[in-house]
Amino acid sequence: MKKMCVVLDDREVQDNPFQPDMWRIVRKYPLTHDVNFFQARPVDVDLALRWNYLPGQFVMLSVPGEGEAPFCLSSPPSRPGLLEFCIRNVGSLTETLFALKENQTIGIRGPYGNGFPMDKMEGKDIMIVAGGMGAAPLRSLLLDVLDDRDRFGKLTYLHGAKNPGDMLFRDEFFQLREREDLNCLLTVDKDDTGKWPAKVGLITTLFKDLGPIDAKNTFAAVCGPPVMYKFVMEYLVKLGIPKHQILMTLERRMKCGVGKCGHCAIEYLYTCIDGPVFTYWDVLHMKELIGRGVSDKVIA
Amino acid sequence: MMILKMKKEDLSAFLDSIKGWGELWGPTKKEGKTTFAKVDSLSQMDLKATRTIIPPKKFLAPPRFTMFDFDEEGYIERIGDVPKKIIFGIHPCDIHGILILDKLFLENYKDPYYAERREKTLLIGHSCIPDDKCMCYATNTDFIAEGFDLFFTDLKMFYLVWVGSSRGHDLIRMRPDLFSRDLDKNDILTYTEYRKWKNGQYKGGIDFTGMPDVFELGYSSPIWDQLGDKCLSCGQCTMVCPTCNCYNAVDEVELGTAEGTRERFWDSCMFREYSLVAGGHNFREKRADRLRLWYTHKLQAYIGEFGKPACVGCGRCVDTCPVDINVVSVSKALKEQEVGK
Repeated sequence: MKKMCVVLDDREVQDNPFQPDMWRIVRKYPLTHDVNFFQARPVDVDLALRWNYLPGQFVMLSVPGEGEAPFCLSSPPSRPGLLEFCIRNVGSLTETLFALKENQTIGIRGPYGNGFPMDKMEGKDIMIVAGGMGAAPLRSLLLDVLDDRDRFGKLTYLHGAKNPGDMLFRDEFFQLREREDLNCLLTVDKDDTGKWPAKVGLITTLFKDLGPIDAKNTFAAVCGPPVMYKFVMEYLVKLGIPKHQILMTLERRMKCGVGKCGHCAIEYLYTCIDGPVFTYWDVLHMKELIGRGVSDKVIA
Repeated sequence: MMILKMKKEDLSAFLDSIKGWGELWGPTKKEGKTTFAKVDSLSQMDLKATRTIIPPKKFLAPPRFTMFDFDEEGYIERIGDVPKKIIFGIHPCDIHGILILDKLFLENYKDPYYAERREKTLLIGHSCIPDDKCMCYATNTDFIAEGFDLFFTDLKMFYLVWVGSSRGHDLIRMRPDLFSRDLDKNDILTYTEYRKWKNGQYKGGIDFTGMPDVFELGYSSPIWDQLGDKCLSCGQCTMVCPTCNCYNAVDEVELGTAEGTRERFWDSCMFREYSLVAGGHNFREKRADRLRLWYTHKLQAYIGEFGKPACVGCGRCVDTCPVDINVVSVSKALKEQEVGK
């Protein structure tokens, strides 16, 4: 579809940042009972070459007729050409998205947000803590670090799910446990199968198996349900990781992705352009970032 | 800046001469309320009114418009069909409001819909007579030095006309015979008298100094719950606020087809769904949370970022809120730790 070029008083208007490009769903399969994996490639193949992003960035995804919403990317930028999404069916947009079949198209614009500060993280030890759906954005970081492994120090991946059936990318993560260039620790809150081969317990139980940590030299990236932050943050701070090296990626309602529609505002920040990756230092100042209870806990 | 002098009786002829540039809009009285409406001439305007119900943001970020047309193939932007407009009679506070919207919409991911309207709209300011709800003296927005194309200051016997842009100057050039550059001592004295007079018109006594700290200290104050109990979540405060920019966007389908439009319309942070995400989690479930967001944004957060409040002191929230929640009553409640009646 051709974009109209509009001239206003002889000045050409810049590209429309709200314009979605069409992408084709090329793969789609369930990861759990309510989470699907989607792989998409741009209809205009030239776009695939131009499209670059950082782990932790997000896109605005459109299903024509249903609307638009923000989604994090689960693929790493180190594997260009295809975007991967890990999406839970929780609303009307995802409902329609789940009904789409391979070869049908969706609209995508972006990437948006700050993403993880990969340049600052270079040479540092990386600890990734993912709870439940938190694995969706953190898989992008994990794979990006693995794909350029020499750029970083020690890599630790901690992942907790409610039960074995709810663990996203289960096979992929179990394969990672075999690798020697990272420490991949998996746990489930409850093992309802009786056959779970890894840990059972909350994600914090994994901290016991960490071994020695060079805290000052470590960047931690955390994403999970609000209740998880409370305990994980306290642990990471106690461990001695500097607060500005504890990163978390947040979710908010968004209608634009580019700092205009207002919905994701938190004090003077917009989650879409100033985030979605914030440091724990930000959180201590911005009371509404992950909820009052969390920042209180550590101040006290 | 170029400042010209014009006879008061020439205003009508001037407006008639520039109408060819685009539609002429100005403040008009309708059922006792003032609103910006399309007019043919000065005679239909009410230049004495202190404030319109809706600020002129409605011209630049309209209450509702179509962003895209879509079909199975994708989205086609709908842009370029906005008529040219001249808005006459905008007060300094509202121009300050537009400058705040400019920063938001034109910097860092330029919004082409806003940009097109800004480009196709000439803003002609006009001096005002403050009433008891005006607090522009407290927000430092009682005078304006930029953001307009022309600005008319009514000095009873004559107008002083500030020329704020090249396009404003083009309008002057349509009737150069009506303007004079010769300003004498008496003109200057008349202007200083006018400023003195205007400064003496305010009665509110509101002072926003130190509000960022008061907000920080009062974050957990029970005042917010008490205000939340009063608030109706009607969102009128956000609709009438010259700096409120929040919007929603939805796709609307033509029945029985795969075609439709993506519509963009004003949203309000006072609405319950404002911070609701898929799955049902609401980051601001309580009315108190939503009120606090609005007032923190206007009187604390924006000051921290840009050194001035995102309130331009127009008094519309004071005029509009059915339960007396506004920048004045909220600031007072936080300072005195007591919610007034």
